[in-house]
Formats: sequence, C-alpha cells, structure tokens
Amino acid sequence: MTQPKTIIEKIWENHIVHQEPGKPDLLYIDLHLIHEVTSPQAFEGLRMKGRKVRRPELTFATMDHNVPTKQRHIIKDEVSKKQMHTLKENCEEFGVPLADIDHPDQGIVHVIGPELGLTQPGKTIVCGDSHTSTHGAFGALAFGIGTSEVEHVLSTQTLGQAAPKTLEVKVNGKLGTGVTAKDLILAIIAKHGVRFGTGYVIEYTGEAVRNLSMEERMTVCNMSIEAGARAGLISPDDTTIEYLRGRRHVPDGEAFDEAADQWRALATDEGASYDATVEIDADEVEPQVTWGTNPSMCIPVSANVPDPASQEKDYEQDAVQRALDYMGLEANQPIDSVKVDYVFIGSCTNSRLSDLKKAADVIQGRKVDEKVTALVVPGSRTVKEQAEAEGLDVIFKTAGFEWREAGCSMCLAMNDDIVPPGERCASTSNRNFEGRQGNGARTHLVSPEMAAAAALEGHFVDVRKITDTAVNR
Amino acid sequence: MEPIRVHSGLVYPLNRSNVDTDQIIPKQFLKRIERQGFGQFLFYNWRFDEEGEKRDSFTMNDEKYNDASILVAGDNFGCGSSREHAPWAILDYGFQVVIAPSFADIFYNNCVKNGILPVKLTEDETQAIIKKAEQQMLNLTVDLEKQLVVDEEDFSFSFDISDYHKQMLLNGWDEIAVTLTNEDKITAYEERQQIIG
Repeated sequence: MTQPKTIIEKIWENHIVHQEPGKPDLLYIDLHLIHEVTSPQAFEGLRMKGRKVRRPELTFATMDHNVPTKQRHIIKDEVSKKQMHTLKENCEEFGVPLADIDHPDQGIVHVIGPELGLTQPGKTIVCGDSHTSTHGAFGALAFGIGTSEVEHVLSTQTLGQAAPKTLEVKVNGKLGTGVTAKDLILAIIAKHGVRFGTGYVIEYTGEAVRNLSMEERMTVCNMSIEAGARAGLISPDDTTIEYLRGRRHVPDGEAFDEAADQWRALATDEGASYDATVEIDADEVEPQVTWGTNPSMCIPVSANVPDPASQEKDYEQDAVQRALDYMGLEANQPIDSVKVDYVFIGSCTNSRLSDLKKAADVIQGRKVDEKVTALVVPGSRTVKEQAEAEGLDVIFKTAGFEWREAGCSMCLAMNDDIVPPGERCASTSNRNFEGRQGNGARTHLVSPEMAAAAALEGHFVDVRKITDTAVNR
Repeated sequence: MEPIRVHSGLVYPLNRSNVDTDQIIPKQFLKRIERQGFGQFLFYNWRFDEEGEKRDSFTMNDEKYNDASILVAGDNFGCGSSREHAPWAILDYGFQVVIAPSFADIFYNNCVKNGILPVKLTEDETQAIIKKAEQQMLNLTVDLEKQLVVDEEDFSFSFDISDYHKQMLLNGWDEIAVTLTNEDKITAYEERQQIIG
C-alpha cells in the first residue's frame, strides 16, 4: 500500500521539474496571475536581459489595485494612470492576455480567476500579491510572490521553492446562525496569532469547513497569509466540482467528468499526517471585530478591548498600548460602544455575490446611519452585473450606500477611495495595519453582515441582535 | 545583485514586532514602475507627519543613525503583502542586513533576491542587541561565510541560513540564469504534461 499523502504533497510532487540536493525544488507553475502594481519592474527585467515570457497562455493579467471605482475612465492620479498604461503595453509586447479597465471580465485578480474557471484543483498558482492564497479554496497550491519571482516565472514558468511544512487547521462542529466564514478565520488568527502559519502551507479540514460554500472557502483561504502562511487550501469535493461546472476555462462534457475524477483523487488521503495540527470548535465562534493594528488583535463583538497591563512582557505591553493609541481606543472599552465613520464592503476577501447578498439581507428596508459614509465595491464587473440583475444595487442605494465599480478600492486605498486621518472604518477587507486604508485611518475588520449592521447603527453591534430574520448561511 | 560576504556597520534598533510591509513602504509609493528610489519612502508614516515634517519621536530620524546599515527589529518582520518595494526601500535607504527573531516568508525571499542579508537570531539575542544599541552607538560585524553576528566587546551569535540562500547571497547570482541552465528539464516536463505552447 502506498503511503497516505496530503493534497499539499500530491500537488507538490506533480509539479517537480527538477530536484538537486541542497537546492530548492524547481516547481512548474500552471497559472501566473498579473496585476499593474507588482509587474512593471519584472517586465523591465525581461527587457533588459532580452528574455521572453515562456508561456503567455498560462499567464493572465488584469487591473485592480489602482482602478477608480466612481467612474472607470477618470484617473486623476497621473502615476496610477502610467502604471496601468504600462501594464497594457507590457501585455501587448509580451503577448499576455489582459482584462483591462474596459474589459467585461475586469475585476480583483482573486475574484476573476475563480469566476472564469482559471483557478482549478491541483494547479500551482502564483501572483505578485500575498492574497493569492485565496485560490487554495479550490484545492490549488496558490501563493504570493515578489516581483523578482514574477520575473522568474514569466521567464521560466517555474519557481525554486523549498518544500513547505504542512499544517492542518481542523474546524470541528458547526458555525452558529449569523456567524460567518470571516468570523471563523478571524477567530483562528485571534487564537493562534499572526505567524503560526509561517513556514507552512495550511490545509483547512473538519465539518465546519466542509459545510462552507466555495465563496466562503475563498474568504477563509484568502486570510491564510494573515496567519503567516503563504498558502492555505481545502481538499476538493462536490462543492468544488459543482462550482466549477460550466465555467469558461473548465473543460466540458466528458472531459469535465474526467477532470472531476482527477480533482477528487487529489483530496488528502485518510490517515495522512501533517507536520502540525491545530483545532478550533466552530460552535464557540462569535461574530468578530478587530480592535488593533494586526488581524490577531481581534475579539468577539460581545467583548471588551484588552488592557496592556494584562500582557506579560514589556514590549508586548508597548505593542498593545501603541495599537490602542493608534486606534483611538481605551483599554477595557466594550467594542460595541465604538462608533464608525465609514463602512467598506468589498476586497478580495468579501466582495463576491454571496457576500453582497448577505449584507443586503441585513440592510433591506433599513437606512444607513446619517453620520456614516458607506460603500459597496463589487469584486468584479461580473459580480456587479449579477448583483444588479438581482436588484441588490437598489437595496444598497435605497439604504444609503454608494454602489461602485469593481476594484481593490478602500482595502488598500491606492485609488481615490481613502479613509481620512483619524476616521474609523468597519471594513470587510483583510488587513487592519496602520495607514492601510489611508494615512492615520483606523480599520476594524468584520464580516459583510457585521459591516452592514455597523452601517445601520453607526457603531459595532452583534448582527444577530438587529435582524431576527436569521442571516442565511 | 551585489554579493555580500562580511558586513560591518552601525545598528539601528527598532524594538517593534510584526512590522508589516505597509509600514515599511506605504501603498501610495507603490505606483512607480522603477526599482530604484524607494529609500526616501522607507517607514514613511513613522518618519513623517501629515505635513511631511520629520517626527522627532521616531528615533530613526536622529542624525546619529544616518549611516546605519544594520536594521534590528522584533519578530515577524516584513509580514503582510508581497510587495518587493519593501526590500527595495530598505536597501535603497542603506540597510544591507536585517536582524530579527523571525521574518515573514515572502519578505525573507524578497530580501535574498535583492542582496539583503536577513539574519534570524533568537528572541533573547535580538533583545540583547536592541537593548545595547538603544544605550550606545553599536557597530556589529555580520559574517555570512561563518554565519556569525559579532560585537567586538560582548557577544558572538551564530545564525542559520539555508545553504542555497547563502550561496545566492555570497555569489550575487542571477537566479533566472541559474534556472535556465535546466531549461531542457522544463521542456521535458512540459512534454510529459502535454503543456502545448
């Protein structure tokens, strides 16, 4: 009998081009996603050395980080405009397919890959963006890379990588009503910290993970990097296969059934072992709100902001105090007493159709608090169209939300969507770092449902209290 | 990329954990399409206030650290985004070596590919350096060949680095050129997998 293996080991072995003692394995890359911010220096590197893109057809580019979301064609910032123009020129010169600002497929790179069926189980997927871990939801080995590595993949379609350690994150039981995939991943990071995944690839397992939809799985895998893991994945199952059926870049007919059989066979074998395992009980997870300046600084909505005095070491006390000072919070303050100025529903973590539907369920027939600026930024032009076909835009606009064009937007504020200094934002994005949403801006990470609830009340509130029509999971 | 073997220089101590790439180089400076010139934006929001004036409260602004070339910080340094602009900024500012108890994976790789030596020491060793450097101007010698961090007076700490990363840094390799020596194996893989161009 062959040794049981994890999906991580299976994908790895399937992609080894070359092995040499004392060197990282040379891995083949099946899909290379590109965007405007981390690629220009890589293309320039190719030009300087007279190198080509080895496999343009395995490369796919879009524009997302810089794009305006009010009116697509009004790019006030000349430097942003130049960066986007440079991507277009590079894609033309090197023959790389591009969904540019005018293309109907345009959107956040981690939203459109799955949407188009480019993301598939068993693939190795890279992108010059740390949230590439999102694609792991499909049972792909997907990770973020730097610009030098982007250049390496463009030129060779391979990457030298040391074999990672494997980490099982097992989620037992069921998530409660009104508790989301976002709350789950935030609770995992709150419990285990922002670097427990460093050096590992995570596989999420357990009953609660199996019960997640594909879009919920993407939310979980997306934030693997916030736990330090470059990649996080979930073994493919019927949920994965049904999501992929009929998508543009997925085979159809008999070829689909064959592919589906291969995808199922990738799942981690019974009895396979991991280098480490952590467990969490889903039924203990409550809706979460981050209070500090990294994603592990996170508490249930019913809890109070921590006290620096409760930390053991002096530099830990300093870190908590510095986070409280930056966030304008007092130790021991109830988090649901904290008022918000902005609400942002969007980003590669939570901008898919089901995210928007769940937020719309909360706000339907209600109004955004008059002191709150609230915006919804769909993850792609396709998501936007689908949402409009279902009338979600009307629900949001009637409640007082702005309804925008697709892009990364206020998640990292590279375009005009910026939270002003000292203002506070309930955000469905993935990072609450200092200055992330604007210099001096204060970010609290939450689920789309919790963001919607905060928009209505003007402060954080347990979404389960304001809607008795239970949020559909 | 420039090879690095032995580096001696002045320490700048930054006693903070989880220094993320948004702090190392804020996003408004990621729009440039060149690799050079990012040093002026290093730790921008910590170094400068809203009006662009230097913050006295941030010690890196103290002139005595102008020539610092060894950055010593808390654990999980470089967490967050994959932006290579972070090591570009660190190098362009003048740092050749970064010492911390741990680094984020992508950042660590990005350093090696740009000729910055990332040195992992223990928490206690890092704190010993930081405490000393906060009290006096501290020069250290970092010897990659011997894998040692040496202070003439007090200590000598050894550190681990993979042999491959070590060789890359010692030789200043162009990694793409190295990989392309195995191009026949890439082609063979593509043929085996029926990846048709």
